[in-house]
This record gives sequence, structure tokens and C-alpha cells, in this order.
Amino acid sequence: MSSPAAAPTSRTDHIQARYIEAYRWMLLARITEEKIATLYRGGKIVGGVFIGKGQEALSAATGMALRPGDVFAPLIRDQAGRFAFGESLLDVFRTYLGSRLGPMRGRDGNVHRGRPREGYLAMVSHLGAMVPAVAGVLLARRLRGESGTIGATCLGDGATSTGAFHEGLNLAAVEKLPLILVVANNQYAYSTPTSRQFVCADLVDRAAGYGVEGRSVDATDLAACLATLQEAADRARAGHGPQLIIASLLRLAGHGEHDDAGYVDPVLKKAARDCLTVAEQHIIGEQWATAADLKTWRMEVTRKIEDAIATTLREPPPDPGDEQWTAVSTPRLRDGFFEA
Amino acid sequence: MITYLEAIREAQHKALADDPRVYLYGQDIGNFGGAFKATKGLAKDFPGRVLDAPLSEDAIIGSAIGAAIDGMRPIVEMQFADFSTCGLNQIINHAATLYWRTNIPCPIVVRLPSGGTAGAGPFHSQSMEALYAHYPGLIVMTPATVEDAYSMLLEAVAIDDPVIFCEHKYLYYHLKAPALPTEALPTGKARVARQGRDMTIVAYSAMVHEALACADELASEGWQIEVIDLRSVKPLDTDTVLASVARTGRLLVVGEAFPWGGVTAEVIARVAQEGFSLLDAPPVRINAKDTPVPYHPNLWGTHRPTARTIAAEARKLLHL
Ligand SMILES: Cc1ncc(C[n+]2csc(CCOP(=O)(O)OP(=O)(O)O)c2C)c(N)n1
Ligand SMILES: [Mg+2]
Repeated sequence: MSSPAAAPTSRTDHIQARYIEAYRWMLLARITEEKIATLYRGGKIVGGVFIGKGQEALSAATGMALRPGDVFAPLIRDQAGRFAFGESLLDVFRTYLGSRLGPMRGRDGNVHRGRPREGYLAMVSHLGAMVPAVAGVLLARRLRGESGTIGATCLGDGATSTGAFHEGLNLAAVEKLPLILVVANNQYAYSTPTSRQFVCADLVDRAAGYGVEGRSVDATDLAACLATLQEAADRARAGHGPQLIIASLLRLAGHGEHDDAGYVDPVLKKAARDCLTVAEQHIIGEQWATAADLKTWRMEVTRKIEDAIATTLREPPPDPGDEQWTAVSTPRLRDGFFEA
Repeated sequence: MITYLEAIREAQHKALADDPRVYLYGQDIGNFGGAFKATKGLAKDFPGRVLDAPLSEDAIIGSAIGAAIDGMRPIVEMQFADFSTCGLNQIINHAATLYWRTNIPCPIVVRLPSGGTAGAGPFHSQSMEALYAHYPGLIVMTPATVEDAYSMLLEAVAIDDPVIFCEHKYLYYHLKAPALPTEALPTGKARVARQGRDMTIVAYSAMVHEALACADELASEGWQIEVIDLRSVKPLDTDTVLASVARTGRLLVVGEAFPWGGVTAEVIARVAQEGFSLLDAPPVRINAKDTPVPYHPNLWGTHRPTARTIAAEARKLLHL
């Protein structure tokens, strides 16, 4: 038992440690995605590149609220949360660069990756689709009598307009599943402003309609994100059913790297805060680290990322000649299509 | 020069200008001009008639059906063909059945940016013409040229039935023509894209260009290949195909979609049933492989038919 006097100190230590840990995931994600954008512009990555600039605090806090054994279905702007949940740098670059050694083996790319066996679901593009899927994992666990784990999935303001979002959240509510639904309201769905997406005053008002607990948070404030996500995770774990989190921020990048986002309202742009800068100021203000420390961390992280890229670039691409051209897992049920 | 994409934009411009019943609905199609810029400038030229939709395919298509019932002629843009599956119920159960059930037609156009491009992966590459063609009540267009992209889209708007307009993303920027057409073949008529007497290749959409490249290659080996562009897969112009097979005796059918069933199987089934005696050799079909569309360009390039793989099959067929 700790003495009453010691308790606040250890709690402060805990908050500090969590904050620093989250910041480091954010930093890793930010620089990883900067490198991904560079590789894309250099023609090394084909297809689309969508980064989570500005969303790292929310995403890191989501990943950190989960424990091993929980289930996570991140979306396009969740690099920080993916890292916090345990994704390796190699998995990231192997997927983007299409290495045959990666989890997706060159079959799928960029953000469409995961390790479902490890509770890390691989998103499909169709927005909203992961909500009922995570609910299903949680339902399965309950059917088997397993308890103690929770699930989280992330979406944007745009994805709240899908049928899958509504159906998935309602189903989770009916079944009272321990599902955390993190909505990043970053003001735009591609070019579409929220005024063309919904007209409720605040998306969190929808929680009441679904009969679930709802919370709002400023996604540029890491401490608030950590506290809110932890609270939601605790409530979900304690059997209080789905938790809807509405986090607000501004997307600080184009929709994808092909997009200059010229449509973003200059007023919003001017008022926008970058969660990473805010976190750095907080860390220095609290004297948890010095500016020199931050610089060192940045260098350490950059080196790790560059190593992962160098490794991946030496790896073989998928070879169509060795590829198993089937999508059916049961060998005897594979259709013998006439091969060209 | 005008691109395939610009032709689609110009057709929508003309449709909006000519017919007050036309309006456009889809994600990011307003001031932004759409993910591919197929509606660039239209919101400005036609205020209030080019609407940004919420991220709700089911509701976008459902509302278009309602508007069509009430006398409008909506053109709906899906951001990618793949996302039309989120509106599938409204398309196949509502739009497709309406006329048959109620005698009220459903003049909507659903534009599907279709087909594969390198790196686009399993959810931004699909060719869905066979899926939609399966359903009674839908018209499915698959233009392969700039001219057809323009004239068929205009015809799609004029047609009283629901039209699934499969426009190929690979052709958007790659394909150019000197000018927009002033006249056009009606939908339902296939086009002889190249004349030949040794073999018929039937294709549609982007595969027409692979077939033409294959015909060029085989021409250098002394073969004259006839290429038929189906233009629409539903209705399917069996007569033009049969007439060609009557001249050549050999049939190869190419599609970019998955191999099970589909357009290529339909063409061969019809020729086998109605023109068996015209064939000098068993007909051949080439499709994508029976897996989702892969992300990596190495895999993608093998997954879909190309001029090279078509030519390899064609040589075998020519020597039978
Ligand atoms: C069902 C569906 N329709 C359309 C798309 C195409 N699309 C991809 S991302 C996107 C915008 C998403 O906006 P939002 O949900 O706010 O997430 P954000 O990109 O802002 O993180 C759209 C329309 C899609 N992926 N899925
Ligand atoms: Mg958004």
C-alpha cells in the first residue's frame, strides 16, 4: 500500500510516462508517413498514399487504450495507433512497397493491412465496413464465454454517413458489446465539409439515439485523448457497452498525397493546431524533456525508419510465377480455371 | 485533343444544358469536380444541379430512384465502381425491378469509374459489368472510345431505363480523340473496331485496346484479326459477333472481370448455341484470374489480360 502522500506523485509519473510513450508513437508515425510520402513522390510507392498528419494524438491514445488480446480495426489515418497496438515498422513498409515478405504479400497495399490472428483487422476500403466486423469479434468472444477484452475501430466524419456505421453501432448497442468507436471529425471527407455530411449540432448527440455512452474530445490535446480513451476503455471493459468518441481536429494533409486540399476553409486552417507541436510544447513546458531530448528522439526514430526502408527495398517483390492464384482456402474446393 | 474523361465531362455538361430534369449527385462532385475531375466546372455552370452527397451510396442511389419516379433524370457518380456495392440493394432490387413491377420506368444513370490501374488494389479496381448485367431491367454500357464515352453517356441519360455506365479509369487520361462525335451508333450495336478474316476477338472497355494491340502484333506475323467492340454488354449484340465469326471461324473473347460466368461466358454461350456450325475451332475466353485484383503491379499485370497474354492464346487458336 502506498502512503496517501506518495499517491499523487506516482499518478503524475504514470501520466507523464503515458504521455511520453504516446508522443513517441506519434513521432514515429509522423516521420514514417513523411517518408512514405517521399517514397510515393519518388515513384517507389504506387497507388494511393493517405496520411494521418494531425490525427496522431487521437490515434496513439486509441492504440494505447487497448491491451494485448483486444481487437483493433484502424482506418486510413491511424499509423500512430497501429504502432501503439504493436505493428512493426517492417509490416508498414513491406505493405507500402509491396514486399512479398510483408503481411499482405503484395496482394493488398498501403493502409489495407493487418494481422487478423493477432486481433489487428485488415480494413477494407468500404467505409463503415469494419464496425460490424469488430462487433462480430466481440460477439464471438462472448459466445465462447470469454470476457475482459474489448475492441476499437476508427472512422472519419464522412464514414458516419454510411449504413454500415449505423447498423454496426446499433447492433453493438443491442448486444451491449465492449466496442469503442472513435470518430475523427477532421472537418472534411475528401473535399466534402461536414455541412454536407450531417446537420446535427454535434455528432456526439447521436450517442443518445443509439443508447450508448458518448464522449467528445479535442484531438489536438494528447492528454485529453489519453484520458478520454482510457475512460472509454475502462467503461467498455466494465460492461457498459459501446462507447462513441467524437474527436475534433482539422486534417493537416490532403485527403491523399495527390490532393493539395485547396478546398479547406482558410479560417479553419488558421485556427488549426498540430497535435504533435502541442505535445512537444507540453513536454517541454512540464520539463519532462528538453528540446535537445526531443531532437535526439527524432533522430533515433528517423534512423529506425530508414533502416526499415533500406531492409524492405532489398526484399523481393511478389513473383507472379510463384503466386498461388486462388482466393479459396480449401484446396479441394479450388475451381480449376483454364489457365492462360 | 479531347480525353475520354473530358468526353464524360462534356456529355454531362450537354445533358445538364439540354434537359432541366438532369441533375448530378455524388461524393465530392461539386466545386471539387469529383475524385477524377469528371464533373469539373459543372457545379459553377449549373448552380444547384450538381450536388455533393454524403458518404451514403445506398441513399444516393435510392434518392435518385425516387427523383426519377418523380420525373427527374439523375446522373449519379460512384467515387469508384467498387463502392456501388454499398448501393447494390437499391440498384438491383429497386431500380432494376421498377418498370417491370409498376410500368413506371426508372431513368437513372449510375456512373462507375471501373477497372484496374497499377497499385489500386482490390477495392479500387473492380469491373462490375457482369454483376449488373445479370439483373433483368438494367442496361450496362462499357464504352471503349472517347466518342462512345460521350455519345453513350448522352444516350444513357435519354434512355428511360436504369443505366450502369462503366467508364474505365485506365482510359480516362490515356485515350484521346481529335473531337467529340456528331453522330453515333445506337447502344445495342457492337462496332467492328478492326477488320480481319483469320480470327475474331470480342472485347469491350479497356480490353478493346489490348485486343487491338494484339491484332497489331499478330499482323506482323501475317494474321488478320477482326476486333469487335461490344460497346454495351447488355444489350449484347450477338448478331454482329455471329456475322464476324461467320467470316473468321475462330472466336476469342476477352474481359477484364473475374472469370466465373460473366460477359465472356455469355458471348461464347450465345455463339455456341446459335452459331456452332460457324466455328472451326473451340472458342476461347480470357479473363482476369479468379482472385481479387492484386495491389502490386507485378501481380496486377499478370492478373488481368494484356495484349501479350491475348496474343499467346490467339496464336494457339490460330494453329488449331
Ligand atoms: C463506402 C465508401 N464510399 C466512398 C469511399 C471513397 N472514400 C475514401 S476516403 C473518403 C472520405 C472519407 O472521409 P472521412 O470518413 O471523413 O475520413 P477522413 O478521410 O477524413 O479521415 C471517401 C469518400 C469509400 N472508401 N467507401
Ligand atoms: Mg473526415
